[in-house]
Amino acid sequence: MYVIQQLINVLQLGSVYALIALGYTMVYGIIRLINFAHGDLFMVGAFISFVVAAYLKLPFIPTLLISIVAVAMLGVSIERLAYKPLRQAPRVSAVITALGVGLFLENLILLFYPYPRPVPTLLPKIVWNLGGISISFLQVLIIGLSLFLMLILDLIVRRTMVGMAMRAISWNKTIVPLMGVSVDKIISITFALGTGLGAVAGVMYSQAFPVIDPYMGILIGWQAFICAVVGGIGNIRGAMLGGYILAAVQIMVVAFLPSTYRDFVAFTLLLVILTFRPYGILGKPQAEKV
Amino acid sequence: MKKTLVISLVAMLTIMSMVLVGCKAAGALTIPIGVNAELTGDIPAVGASCQNAALMAAKEVNDAGGLDIGGKKYTIKLFIEDNGGKADQSASVTQKLISQDNVVAVIGPNASRYAIPASEIAESSKVMMISPWSTNPKLTIDSKTGQSKEYVFRACFTDSFQGQVVAKFAMDKLGAKKVAVLYDVASDYNKGIAEVFKATFESLGGQVVAFETYTTGDKDFSGQLTKIKQFSPDVIFLPNYYNEVPLQIQQAHRLGITATFLGSDSWGSEELIKLAGKEVEGDYFSTHYAPDIATPAAKTFINAYKTAYGSVPDDVAALTYDSFGLLFGALKAAGKVDRQAVRDALASIPHYEGVTGTLQFKEGSGDPIKSAVILQIKDGKFAYYATANP
Repeated sequence: MYVIQQLINVLQLGSVYALIALGYTMVYGIIRLINFAHGDLFMVGAFISFVVAAYLKLPFIPTLLISIVAVAMLGVSIERLAYKPLRQAPRVSAVITALGVGLFLENLILLFYPYPRPVPTLLPKIVWNLGGISISFLQVLIIGLSLFLMLILDLIVRRTMVGMAMRAISWNKTIVPLMGVSVDKIISITFALGTGLGAVAGVMYSQAFPVIDPYMGILIGWQAFICAVVGGIGNIRGAMLGGYILAAVQIMVVAFLPSTYRDFVAFTLLLVILTFRPYGILGKPQAEKV
Repeated sequence: MKKTLVISLVAMLTIMSMVLVGCKAAGALTIPIGVNAELTGDIPAVGASCQNAALMAAKEVNDAGGLDIGGKKYTIKLFIEDNGGKADQSASVTQKLISQDNVVAVIGPNASRYAIPASEIAESSKVMMISPWSTNPKLTIDSKTGQSKEYVFRACFTDSFQGQVVAKFAMDKLGAKKVAVLYDVASDYNKGIAEVFKATFESLGGQVVAFETYTTGDKDFSGQLTKIKQFSPDVIFLPNYYNEVPLQIQQAHRLGITATFLGSDSWGSEELIKLAGKEVEGDYFSTHYAPDIATPAAKTFINAYKTAYGSVPDDVAALTYDSFGLLFGALKAAGKVDRQAVRDALASIPHYEGVTGTLQFKEGSGDPIKSAVILQIKDGKFAYYATANP
């Protein structure tokens, strides 16, 4: 009973981590860049949903869609303006740029909203009680929507031409243009998809935890990044797996041990996993072609 | 030719700006006072209240012609800095105020986790620091020697007292037998007061059924709250800041927890009600002062603040105002604008009547003995409930 209640908490938290981790992993898979600004794009998604809901008073679905589109456009613009010019540059330059973009987004939002803000509730507050376990509509939506989106993403990557192009670019970027595929276009689509998922995570997260501030993306971004690495960076299924694993460890430690041990146990476990599987659970060694 | 022109122009501008900065403006005598506030970061409402009260205190004195020290009139010049809600920035900002702005004393930071690092800098630089709001005992105790720091003071009571107040209130007034606590283990204030509460409540015969923690920045408390729910506590103590408590109470309600929530002075901001709404209705917390039982002196302050800023001052604002009152009193008693003299003067003030009540200072300690008040949130507002005397 108690375990099942905690498992629902795991699924909810894990879904949020997974959605954000997907953004990291997709971008890395394509251009070998860890987009450290991704956590902040998640935060921007949350703020856009706040602005739309609080000032335009729109209901849930339009808010979600506007947020996704806006963040996807922002993600693509960032890619074009900040990352594209550095595609041939040393990796370090791109990483520093990513960190810089993140700081820029945080401080931009800080200018407008220096105070933590309450997000209007857009979803009905229904709580079901099944034999002692409470599960809310919100939790069901988060878990359901995330799984649905991950399924769609998996289908896109595996069954469509765009997906094939993405996988091809991650294998060998130089050959792909010779096959008549526009690398720029595919990279933009990847960013749009990855950041769009981050936006969904941002909107759902801000509905579940309705106090948002400009720094909310930092901690979650790092945790989701770790999920992506543990699952195998560059591997989409790995990102999903990593998300649920970290959430499971964090919540189960709190459930059965003194909660102070949570981060200690969680990250020790992750270190152990990486020691035995350095490329992540589902990752494969990527040979660097000279 | 062009290159030489540009270089010489830049050099001239640099030299000019250095000369101008080095020049001291001739004219009126000023007292530089530093304010280290949480203007951005996780608790900006605290910094805003502090800044408002500081500006008001300085303006009052300056409008009256300045502070009379040793027969001469001095204007108050405030140097307000933002510690960004970060411990390292807190320390570096204090250093800047002391070395660069040459302040005679520093007021703030407010939150214990930022005030304690700043106090280390103040103590080693031998510059007086008054924290309006920091209640953790570690602020005024030197961690290496265990003795009181000489240059660090505060305008509020400490958690050794506040923790006991809340525990006694839970036992006597709320009739709680089983209590659970959820606190931030990475923050000095939350951890300190949670421990005092637990020790006191248990010594009174009560049972602390759960003592759960989280880390600063966490938003998801579902694991800890699900665990707490298992023990069915009567009261849940949440000694956490105004940006975290709304989430904790919301999630608790979502899980079907019906216990009463109890807080400490970190709840005191209006932002708590803005962020929590009806979820926090009927809950209690301890704090430094209650506007509804204000003394005449306090009423003057409250009205002036309302006129200037459009809202009722919270405890941070009132305590900051009292900190400045203490500082001005010390400056007058010292007779000169000198860091050591001001510190010695403050250390020999036995008591001070402030807007937050009477502050009694013990010999050799920077901690005043003060009463606390318990407030309840009723109809979306803070309402006075009870007083607790030391």
